Amino acid sequence: MTAALGKDLIGLERLSPDQIRLILDTAEPFKEVSERVIKKVPALRGKTIVNLFFESSTRTRISFEFAEKRLSADTVNVAATGSAVQKGETLVDTAKNLEAMRIDMVVIRHASSGAAQFLGDRIRSNVVNAGDGKHEHPTQALLDLLTIRDKLGRIEGVKVCLVGDILHSRVARSNIWGLTKLGAQVAVCGPHSLMPRGIADLGVTVLRRVEEAIEWADVLNVLRLQLERMEAGFIPSLREYYRVFGVTVERLAKAPRALTVMHPGPMNRGVEIDSRVADGPHSVILDQVTNGVAVRMAVLYLLAGGRPELADAAKGPAAGGTD
Amino acid sequence: MSRPERTTILDARAVSRALQHMAVAVLELAHGTDDLVLIGIQRRGVELAERIAKLIEQQEGVLVPRGALDITLYRDDLQTVGPKPVIGETRLPGDLTGKHAVVVDDVLYTGRTVRAALDELADFGRPKRISLCVLVDRGGRELPIQADIVGKVVKTGPGDRVDVMVQELDGKDQVDLVRGARQ
Repeated sequence: MTAALGKDLIGLERLSPDQIRLILDTAEPFKEVSERVIKKVPALRGKTIVNLFFESSTRTRISFEFAEKRLSADTVNVAATGSAVQKGETLVDTAKNLEAMRIDMVVIRHASSGAAQFLGDRIRSNVVNAGDGKHEHPTQALLDLLTIRDKLGRIEGVKVCLVGDILHSRVARSNIWGLTKLGAQVAVCGPHSLMPRGIADLGVTVLRRVEEAIEWADVLNVLRLQLERMEAGFIPSLREYYRVFGVTVERLAKAPRALTVMHPGPMNRGVEIDSRVADGPHSVILDQVTNGVAVRMAVLYLLAGGRPELADAAKGPAAGGTD
Repeated sequence: MSRPERTTILDARAVSRALQHMAVAVLELAHGTDDLVLIGIQRRGVELAERIAKLIEQQEGVLVPRGALDITLYRDDLQTVGPKPVIGETRLPGDLTGKHAVVVDDVLYTGRTVRAALDELADFGRPKRISLCVLVDRGGRELPIQADIVGKVVKTGPGDRVDVMVQELDGKDQVDLVRGARQ
């Protein structure tokens, strides 16, 4: 058996379509584990995983933590505040110190693009990127892919439009990589000031108006508008943004076909999305959250076992199928 | 190195007879169908459990509850063999507390799969009894585990392989012994 994913999960840009499908297929049986009375399997018993969060996060950290605990790993959370990071310790020093305590994996979130890769290149432990700057947020895109596959039965040929702040969004980047690799049609829609130059080179269509997006798409993935963007002058006001780009019930009523609405959270109700949409029949937002745990379990499980040199050494009768 | 040598140890009719015998033995062991639950281990054990359930239904007029168990996440060798590409479905018919669970698998070999299955079942309740029913016992145990019901005993070495084929997955019912399959 070859390494399923390699040592680290940095982004979807470098995964093959088969590797992405492997993660989604592996996530399926993990959904059932979370439905059990005893929500735990011993697959990662004895593994130590550090959640190293240099940026605040509630949902992603909790989701990873549930995934780790349901696989029976031991977990430690390290937040930037209240740690040696505040005293000026470098990222690598922090990780090397953790590694000296014999950890097995690091889940890292960091404000700098490339932080996960930088760390993965320097420590032996597996590294999982939980969001690095404007680069990637691979597990978010994977859970989005799983949710689309659950809802529509396929990903190939599905029309997905990402709506909002494409420029600063690692969720958008990871989604574009994952969706295009699995054969979806991808469009982006948002204010000109929040649209990266050359985005069309990634193989996506640029739609100017949210009405066009609603007419075109099977799935709208509505991105969070970070409030700091307004302060930085990218958009005139939140009210103006909602008026032009808000995904509202009135706009969705004009959709020519059944439309699925996703949001990676946390939502700004009344800014990028209408409350009635978020809680309405189009929304699969809470399914995304449920799938997030299963997808993260799959990633951790696949990374933990993927050591080809050990697999080769262990090829004996006991390693076979029917024992 | 000699070529692997394949011999059929059970043909379709022999598989059918073995399953008949196993179904009767399950009924005797469980004193009927009350509290009886058949649990197949993915993948061929699941099909065999279905077959045994049908045979019991023909005889007793009762379709006993069936479950499926994938033990991949309970294995003790993730580090050495790596993750299995696709994990099968685990689905159990409700709480097992107070039930007589009969675990069904195609081949009993090292006993490690059964050990994992016992651990997994413990997470689904406390059955009053767990029994083990296998189509083929090929010897070679690495753990102190024995079957209660066996369709066919066959002596094998570590280099051999037992291939169980079932109609639903392989298009025919047959069991082959492949000598010298693994070096």
